[in-house]
Amino acid sequence: MTSDFSELRLDGVTRRFAAGKGVQSFTALNALTMTVKRGEFIALLGPSGCGKSTALNCLAGLLPLTDGGIWLDDTRIDVLPPEKRGFGMVFQNYALFPHMSVARNVAFGLAMRGVPAAESAQRVKRALDLVQLNSQAHKLPGQLSGGQQQRVAIARAIVIEPPLVLMDEPLSNLDAKLRLEMRAEIRRIHRELGRSTIYVTHDQDEALSLADRVVVMKDGVAQQIAEPQRIYAEPANLDVARFMGYRNLVELDVRSESGASVQLAGSGLALNARAMQPLAGGKAMLAIRPEEFDVVSSPVDNSFAARVLNVEYCGHDNIVDVEVAGGLKLIVRTTARLRVGDPVMLAIAPDKALAYPVDAAAGMVP
Amino acid sequence: MSSASPSSFDRSLLLLVPATLFMVVLFVYPFLYGLQLSFHPMEGNWLANYTQFFTTGNLRDTVWTTLKLAIPATVINVGAALPIAYQMRRSSRFQKLITTLLVIPLTLGTVLIAEGMLGYFGPKGWLSQSLQWLHIYEGPIRLTHNYWGVLISLVISGFPFAFLLTLSYITGIDPNLPRAASTLGATPWNQFRHIYLPLLVPGLAMAFALSFVQAFSVFPSAVLLGSPAGATRVISIAAYEAAFERYDYSMASAVAMLMGVVQLFVVAAVLGARGMFYRGPVSGGKG
Amino acid sequence: MDTHRLLMKLWKSLVALVMGFFIVNVALMVAAVGTSSVARRWLGTWLPDGYTFNWYQTAWQEFQLDSVLWVTIEVVAAVVFLSILIGVPAAYALARRNFRGKNLLMGLFLLPLMIPPITYGIPLATVMYQAHIAGTIFGVILANMIPAVPFMILVMTPFIEQIDANLESAARVFGANTFKLFWHVLLPLLAPGILAASLLVLVRTIGMFELTFLTAGPDSQTLVVALYYAVFAAGVRAPQSVDAMAMVYMAVTLAWLLIALQFVNPTQLVSRVKEHPKTA
Repeated sequence: MTSDFSELRLDGVTRRFAAGKGVQSFTALNALTMTVKRGEFIALLGPSGCGKSTALNCLAGLLPLTDGGIWLDDTRIDVLPPEKRGFGMVFQNYALFPHMSVARNVAFGLAMRGVPAAESAQRVKRALDLVQLNSQAHKLPGQLSGGQQQRVAIARAIVIEPPLVLMDEPLSNLDAKLRLEMRAEIRRIHRELGRSTIYVTHDQDEALSLADRVVVMKDGVAQQIAEPQRIYAEPANLDVARFMGYRNLVELDVRSESGASVQLAGSGLALNARAMQPLAGGKAMLAIRPEEFDVVSSPVDNSFAARVLNVEYCGHDNIVDVEVAGGLKLIVRTTARLRVGDPVMLAIAPDKALAYPVDAAAGMVP
Repeated sequence: MSSASPSSFDRSLLLLVPATLFMVVLFVYPFLYGLQLSFHPMEGNWLANYTQFFTTGNLRDTVWTTLKLAIPATVINVGAALPIAYQMRRSSRFQKLITTLLVIPLTLGTVLIAEGMLGYFGPKGWLSQSLQWLHIYEGPIRLTHNYWGVLISLVISGFPFAFLLTLSYITGIDPNLPRAASTLGATPWNQFRHIYLPLLVPGLAMAFALSFVQAFSVFPSAVLLGSPAGATRVISIAAYEAAFERYDYSMASAVAMLMGVVQLFVVAAVLGARGMFYRGPVSGGKG
Repeated sequence: MDTHRLLMKLWKSLVALVMGFFIVNVALMVAAVGTSSVARRWLGTWLPDGYTFNWYQTAWQEFQLDSVLWVTIEVVAAVVFLSILIGVPAAYALARRNFRGKNLLMGLFLLPLMIPPITYGIPLATVMYQAHIAGTIFGVILANMIPAVPFMILVMTPFIEQIDANLESAARVFGANTFKLFWHVLLPLLAPGILAASLLVLVRTIGMFELTFLTAGPDSQTLVVALYYAVFAAGVRAPQSVDAMAMVYMAVTLAWLLIALQFVNPTQLVSRVKEHPKTA
């Protein structure tokens, strides 16, 4: 497998688990279609069971496809076994060979390809330099810390200079501080090497900070494929919005529509919002991020009054529970210092108030 | 491991007393008693039992006779267990079925296997008749009351044990390791050779040692299926005869000690050799 | 590439063949015993001349199977009960406490499982004969406990380790004294482990030949030892009655094995020294 390719194409990739005794057939991955350009960093993001790990295992060749195909430029690769695909993979529990030293672990892929010893030693040294672990080259994995093991796993995957690097939730076993450090490491390594990477995670911060494009998945289906900024500010449907932290979800009546601008009212609110999908049935789901509310001193466009119920101090800002006149409860995140019982005026920019159809099925990608 | 014990005497340690006492009285003491008894023969100096053993033909030869049975049996059992258990390493209905079926000869024990073999493997048994009918072999087969009968019985009773033990070691290896190897270009054979095999060596050594020890102490099969006076006069028979036919408990103890020594020697050799290989955990990082 | 796949298929078939051969032969062996036990006369032909259940009656009387079965029940029940009595507390202490010499003690408990019964059985029998308890059912029970107690400890210790020690602390904080702690918290949690371990000890003790053989007297033989003597003296008696006895032994063993398999998985029967315990 050459490291120079221009695109990786997934076409209708499907993985179904057949029906067994007392078990229904289960579609873990449903018709994933996307194209990855050379050098891109793609994150597969979603909750457990959404199919992201299945997708990765199918790409690696560890799971066969039930339907669809995978092409590397013009070569069809989903018919090849893993040892013939030449992709590098970092496993969630690292899967370092416990009986081999760090150096031998990293050299393993090269040894399997018959790379001569001298060249192999050089490439291993370069890879270990890249992850800053050359001093531990002779140690056994059991003697390393979690973060160090993780770096060895990364070095092992990249030393073979694969066209594609696959990472399966590599940071989930690390503590919070280490996770942030390793995230920066992974970003740095990707910048230096420029290898196409597909990264599976359930952590949105990781996905947003590392990826060129994010694939948000739910129940085996890709809900949205876009750059992080769009996923963050313009989630394609209610499920993506929910997953990306739009914690305020209110069902309201549609008073009027003009293009994408809609007027919603109910439960003590009357707001202008932006419809992200075609609405129907005279009702809509309003989705607003807690951080997007502005605390204003007097009524302005798109504002409403509320009372503070609870204040949770978070250092830089506060998470404030408020109650609107009609009894509706909202969550606000603001740097304003408020006290329980205070009246407060909140405003929201219309393009930050997103409206989705109420019928979840209508909003889902089929 | 949980609660720290207080610096003063921990009363819960008293829970250990009955079991420890039992072991000391019924296991350690008889062993020590037997050891010292072996040095107090009915006649002669303190080494008389041992010298008698090594100078008497039909006593000394039992060691070699037993080894001639135990080592091939163990090699067959462990040697066959490895590839077969490896083939069945993935949890499946087939694996569960085979495992359950193999537990049966294990549980039935050597006496029943001996009785069954006398009928089935005997000159007039079904096996003999089938071979004759298929013209593979003319005339009655001679697989009982000789070396082969005992060897076959050692395989029938020993293979399930070696298989189950090996299977438990193989399934204890993190399945992500061969997967990682395959993404790095390792063919299935290379996955076995570079990943499984080195990690299995300690377990295989243990399986070999335990299987050997079991085979070396063969007794009822050697009597019922072999020719206890001749070709399959194993060391346990010598010990039994000394104790229950000649009432020479001192000699019997000496023979039992020698049995233990040979077993210990082989086990130590096997475990010592494995110490040269890897000896750590078999998962590849934070699980 | 295709030759490789062909070789793999060939290898898989070979493995399946060998396993099948092994299992089929063992099954036929067992079937031969069964057929013989109901054969009126069977002399070197494919199938017997006629069928009868008389041999079972003959065997019952000849080998005094009623008293032998009763002895077996007594021995096995006593061994299981006593092993629980002294093994479970020991397992608890080993699971919950660390102390100097713990490894040595664990090694001591492990020894009878690694050394085959006949090696320590002969010195044991010697001592028992000196102490005049050999030949009694009491002696047989004691002898069979030697591998049973360590096995009970070996199975129960990891089981207890798995039970969160905080549960006991919580019970104490909420006012339970030692007895209440034992009765309301520990016993219910330990019950499944004790059940599994007991069934394993039971099945193993039924088939435990050498120890009983060396320590039993004529009226303290268990079923497997009586079977051995019957086979040994097979020239004197009709082979069919010996086979009938063998079938009785097999029925008893397999019945309990089947019961045991509902609660344990088969590999636990051979669980002795695990080289590398599975990580959770």
